[in-house]
Amino acid sequence: MASVKLSNLRKVFGAVEAVAGIDLDIPNGEFVALLGPSGCGKTTTLRMIAGLEVPTSGSIHIGDQDVTTLQPRDRDVAMVFQDYALYPHMTIDDNIGYPLKVRGVSKAERSERVRDAAENLQIGNLLDRRPGQLSGGQQQRTAVARAVVHRAQVYLFDEPLSNLDAKLRLEARAFLKHLQREVGVTGIYVTHDQSEAMALADRIVIMNAGRIMQTGTPLEIYRRPANTFVATFIGNPPMNLLPCRYDKAERAIIIDEKFSIKADAFSLPASITDTKLSLGVRPEHIHIETTASPDAIEAQLYVVQPLGSESLIMVRVGEHLLSVRTFGDEVPDLPPRVWLRPDYARAFFYNSEGDLVS
Amino acid sequence: MSALRRLSLIIVVTIAGLFFALPLLWFIFAPFNESATLAASLPEQPSLENFQEVFSNDLAMRGLLQNTPIIGIGTMVLTTLIAALAAYGLSRSNLPGRQLWTYILILFSSVVTGTASMVPIFRLVYDMGLINTHLGVILAMTGGMIPSAIFIMQDFVDGVPSSYEEAARVAGASSLQIFRDVTFPLIRPGLMVVGIWVLVNAWGAFLTPFILLRSPELLPAAVTFYRFYDDEGFPMITQIAAYAVLYTLPVLILYLLINWRYGFRFFGGIKQ
Repeated sequence: MASVKLSNLRKVFGAVEAVAGIDLDIPNGEFVALLGPSGCGKTTTLRMIAGLEVPTSGSIHIGDQDVTTLQPRDRDVAMVFQDYALYPHMTIDDNIGYPLKVRGVSKAERSERVRDAAENLQIGNLLDRRPGQLSGGQQQRTAVARAVVHRAQVYLFDEPLSNLDAKLRLEARAFLKHLQREVGVTGIYVTHDQSEAMALADRIVIMNAGRIMQTGTPLEIYRRPANTFVATFIGNPPMNLLPCRYDKAERAIIIDEKFSIKADAFSLPASITDTKLSLGVRPEHIHIETTASPDAIEAQLYVVQPLGSESLIMVRVGEHLLSVRTFGDEVPDLPPRVWLRPDYARAFFYNSEGDLVS
Repeated sequence: MSALRRLSLIIVVTIAGLFFALPLLWFIFAPFNESATLAASLPEQPSLENFQEVFSNDLAMRGLLQNTPIIGIGTMVLTTLIAALAAYGLSRSNLPGRQLWTYILILFSSVVTGTASMVPIFRLVYDMGLINTHLGVILAMTGGMIPSAIFIMQDFVDGVPSSYEEAARVAGASSLQIFRDVTFPLIRPGLMVVGIWVLVNAWGAFLTPFILLRSPELLPAAVTFYRFYDDEGFPMITQIAAYAVLYTLPVLILYLLINWRYGFRFFGGIKQ
């Protein structure tokens, strides 16, 4: 096990800057998720750590060693690929044992370690089969077994669950987290699925357009998104962003030039200078009322979507569509005209650049 | 109306079928017929006389058992090796317009060449001092077949996702180990296809060895056919028929053997 340190890491493909100079410290034993939409540079970052791509500039350290220009085999990393990349012409036994074989581990020790890894992952009875004869979940476990069998310093995962169906994905997620806690490895996990990142990682790194947008624990990121990108990326459905204006003289927030809410209701910093803002409120932090009251925002009911344990209510404020979550299996019966009362203490303001005003 | 149509279709198809079947019937029956002519007919008394005469013809047997295998296998090994390496390089590189390049190469080597390039090829081989050698023939034929071989091979290599090799690289394998353990077994079906295709082509090649070889004892079987004439210049149909069977058999057996042993298939192990 070892720490990983990325310093000003950049990767350019032709005219495209895939990774635009990122810095990241991953302490020994931490499990970090790189999360972002496709094309955000997360997989390129992972491949640079693995040694499959050469950085355009910047450096990568694993432990105390600068591995920026080293071949993958000199870095002591293990990787699980999105498509698993199990060698179709080898048995599961040979597949799992391959990293040991090329490192010259004796046949006796190899077979013992393969058996250990396979049994730990509950595929011990499949060692004689070929990958084509295995189910998706079993293939995924084989790929993980091949990674863990050689006890690398750092484990890299490239969307390893994206090819599984929804039910298997939940199982595999729990199993991966359990394995990670048990072995306590340093891991970097690339995904575009926020629930996977939230559930698995000690720390999430959110990336967009080759840059890191925010780094923090899952709850930090959920509770306090640093910019509108993170605010609208994390959470399902994402945070509502409602354009508004700050009236300094009145010390009030004006929404849609219609509703004025006293700034005292918010945790708004006194030093605020911007006047053009976006009010960010999570759907679960809005209360819907059927009668008017001070500080409530009038809205038109758009649609109600019952989801079982909760309901998703879409409303219109002016030309903006907002989502509101209510919990419980009762489907709310609402009139066409409703009033929204956000939990103002849990609301955020973002300036015109999209950064959190704090 | 529809019955009439059907009937006329059956008649046309039957005639077409017979048209193609007749040479095959001749090919099967004539070798065992001592008095075979160009007509396809059942032998009255089947015999192996024709084969005995062919076996006693030294030059013919040398062409069949020595020269044709040398040229055929030599061309096969060289072409397959070069095509595999080139296809691998092309497939794994980001060379702009790589498809276009292979198309242009195919156009100029396989389509335009043949007769048109025979004079420059002769000149080239002559200047290299390789006239009247098997090596000269092998090189000339290899050059002609490489582009198409690359084209076929590239499809197979493109079908092998690079994550297999990347997984092996991360696992700690050297380039040689990756090629031996991962790449080679995965592109083997492609090597088989290209290898057989080249062998069949080289086995049957006439023009290139006919032009580049001078000594009768170096000629491959395809050219040796020209030696089955009697003193008056009439073709010896009986011996040609027997020789044709011997000439075709090895390629046919090889094809069946490889198809049975390996099959032209892909295993599949990447989750699509």
